[in-house]
Amino acid sequence: MSILIDETTPVIFQGFTGDKATFHAREALAYGTRLVGGVTPGKGGARHLGLPVFDTVKAAVRATGATASGIFVPAPFCADAIMEAADAGVRLIVCITDGIPAQDMIRVKRYMRRYPRERKPVLIGPNCAGVISAGRAMIGIMPGHIYTRGRIGIVSRSGTLGYEAASQMQAVGLGVTSSVGIGGDPINGSSFVDILALFEEDDDTDAVMMIGEIGGPQEAEASLFVRDHMSKPVVGYVAGLTAPAGRRMGHAGAIISAFGDSAAEKAAIMRASGLVVAPSPAELGAAMALALTREGPGAMAVHA
Amino acid sequence: MVWRVRASGTALHSLHSLGYAMDIHEYQAKELLANFGVPVPRGGVAYSAEQARFRAEEIGGSRWMVKAQIHSGARGRAGGVKVCESEHEVRVAAGDLLGKRLVTHQTGPAGKVVHRLYVEEAVAIAREIYLGLVLDRREERVCVVAAPEGGVEIEEIARDRPDTIMREVIEPAVGMQPFQARELAFGLGVRPSEVHQAVKAIMGAYKAFRDLDATMVEINPLAVTAAGKVLALDAKMTFDDNALFRRPNVSELRDYAEEDPRDAEASKYGLSYIALEGAIGCIVNGAGLAMATMDMIKHAGGEPANFLDIGGGASPERVAAAFRLVLSDPRVRVVLVNIFAGINRCDWVAQGIVQAAGSMSLPVPVVTRLAGTNVEEGRRILRESGLRIVAADDLADAARQAVLALERSYDQAPNGATRGAA
Repeated sequence: MSILIDETTPVIFQGFTGDKATFHAREALAYGTRLVGGVTPGKGGARHLGLPVFDTVKAAVRATGATASGIFVPAPFCADAIMEAADAGVRLIVCITDGIPAQDMIRVKRYMRRYPRERKPVLIGPNCAGVISAGRAMIGIMPGHIYTRGRIGIVSRSGTLGYEAASQMQAVGLGVTSSVGIGGDPINGSSFVDILALFEEDDDTDAVMMIGEIGGPQEAEASLFVRDHMSKPVVGYVAGLTAPAGRRMGHAGAIISAFGDSAAEKAAIMRASGLVVAPSPAELGAAMALALTREGPGAMAVHA
Repeated sequence: MVWRVRASGTALHSLHSLGYAMDIHEYQAKELLANFGVPVPRGGVAYSAEQARFRAEEIGGSRWMVKAQIHSGARGRAGGVKVCESEHEVRVAAGDLLGKRLVTHQTGPAGKVVHRLYVEEAVAIAREIYLGLVLDRREERVCVVAAPEGGVEIEEIARDRPDTIMREVIEPAVGMQPFQARELAFGLGVRPSEVHQAVKAIMGAYKAFRDLDATMVEINPLAVTAAGKVLALDAKMTFDDNALFRRPNVSELRDYAEEDPRDAEASKYGLSYIALEGAIGCIVNGAGLAMATMDMIKHAGGEPANFLDIGGGASPERVAAAFRLVLSDPRVRVVLVNIFAGINRCDWVAQGIVQAAGSMSLPVPVVTRLAGTNVEEGRRILRESGLRIVAADDLADAARQAVLALERSYDQAPNGATRGAA
């Protein structure tokens, strides 16, 4: 098993005929992804990479039965593309594009709330590396060969730091079920908590590597989720211990931001919540190996 | 050293919890806010002492504020705001302020030089209120923050009397409603006869935030004058860099004099760069990996000279530009390149390194760690280039090699604090 996607998931790409989508569609097909077509408004009826192109996501879903979409359209049109996918009934929307205006994301998140829980699509990103289920399928821009099939889940805000984690797992002989880049934007689709919950329920995932960054509340929230709701060990790392605090004009941000924004604070919250925290970004694999050899602190917490 | 969050790039949200940001001056913010119905005092911008005096004459009255326009708060405490009681005093104050370097806790120790002034009518203040609007990452919505005690001590109030701070989260489907502004106004203790004005100011600030893609609006103080008028006495606005493409009237307000010159060079090539104080220059792809690389250098006993994210899909030209930028810092004695290519390609990065080396004959040791897409081709290009480049196996090895190279460079030139002196 894996989370979010596997080799049977029918996938379309939005912005399909653009350069980036084309490059990564080829990679995805070579990796075994069941890519069934794509959408480029105005190019419906054409074929691209031997696959059908549609004008709208609804038409693509109707013709192909796609349940997942990878979005590669330019930032100014991304909010529209995400909402179009949601409206067409796509279950998993992975938005790779970076540079989307924050207020567009506020609107997107508001739009998604119209769906009842069981029909609400999962949005990953934007500004992310995407999703890969090792050896099965990928929607994203990651180099596929660094993921060996195995039993570790990876969730990371940063794409490249997620790659770093995967290659370090490989180096210590550990494989990966799925790896999810949730993206670095201030307002994103799925949070750490959303992805941790999926890994907790996945029978083939034994432990999770979670990689955060400075800024924002999601790492602290995720740490509490691990403490209260997860039986599997979670290894954490927060990038930015040496990053200077951003200077900013005005105080409004400082007033609403709570304790837990800095890397040191986040790492402390992780430790206090029972996560194993990797001491450096070069020890992600070693920390995971260590967490697996002893009974995971998360496992104890859930029975407490 | 100014840790300002730059107005460009793809990664700096990570160093700035409010997101990508472009700052503007107080007088610009007031002009924008006035367009949305926020009442502001009469004023005018001045670039010289004589122009400042002329502004005072234009405005009329007998008391004026002369305010230094730099991208920072707490200007008053730094001596950047003067009250004047004659046109002559305005002229003298303006002469004093122009060209002066102001240091506040928001500018960093290097401070900022005053190039522009804002001359404004001085008003008799009965009350000062704090009003701020910000993107709340937890709520994923715009949040309006208000406090009955305005002035510069708002962060202390937030710490010591957090219960006096009021918040209204805005439902994005319908936007801010007048009742929310009324709740704030009454909660702030604004007199019933002045509530209408306060509501107009709050709603105006919200509309400006929404319609101009701001990430922060702060009016501190929003004053009630002795004459019972509500006025925004100070104003700050910060904008979402990602939305500037659709806000040309905002993006033209950018003041390059307020930015590090290296920022302009960086943004030209789509690079995110922040200067730090160490000697190991970093060229990395991805903000997270760039921060992790800095952490790793520190862990290995070194200090990073900069944060630099080359972004996704970097061309050889962009990599070469990154090299020039990092080497323009005279403190840099070693360059560490750490690329884990997904959407990037190691062969292009390698070509960029060779291109940069060809144009400037690398003055410092370079340690490279390449991984991911087209890694073999990238390593081959570097190997066959004949350049003296240390190839590292992984992140730990890269940091170790960089620190080692740095130590060697000090052994060779023990007294040289910077490359220029070496």
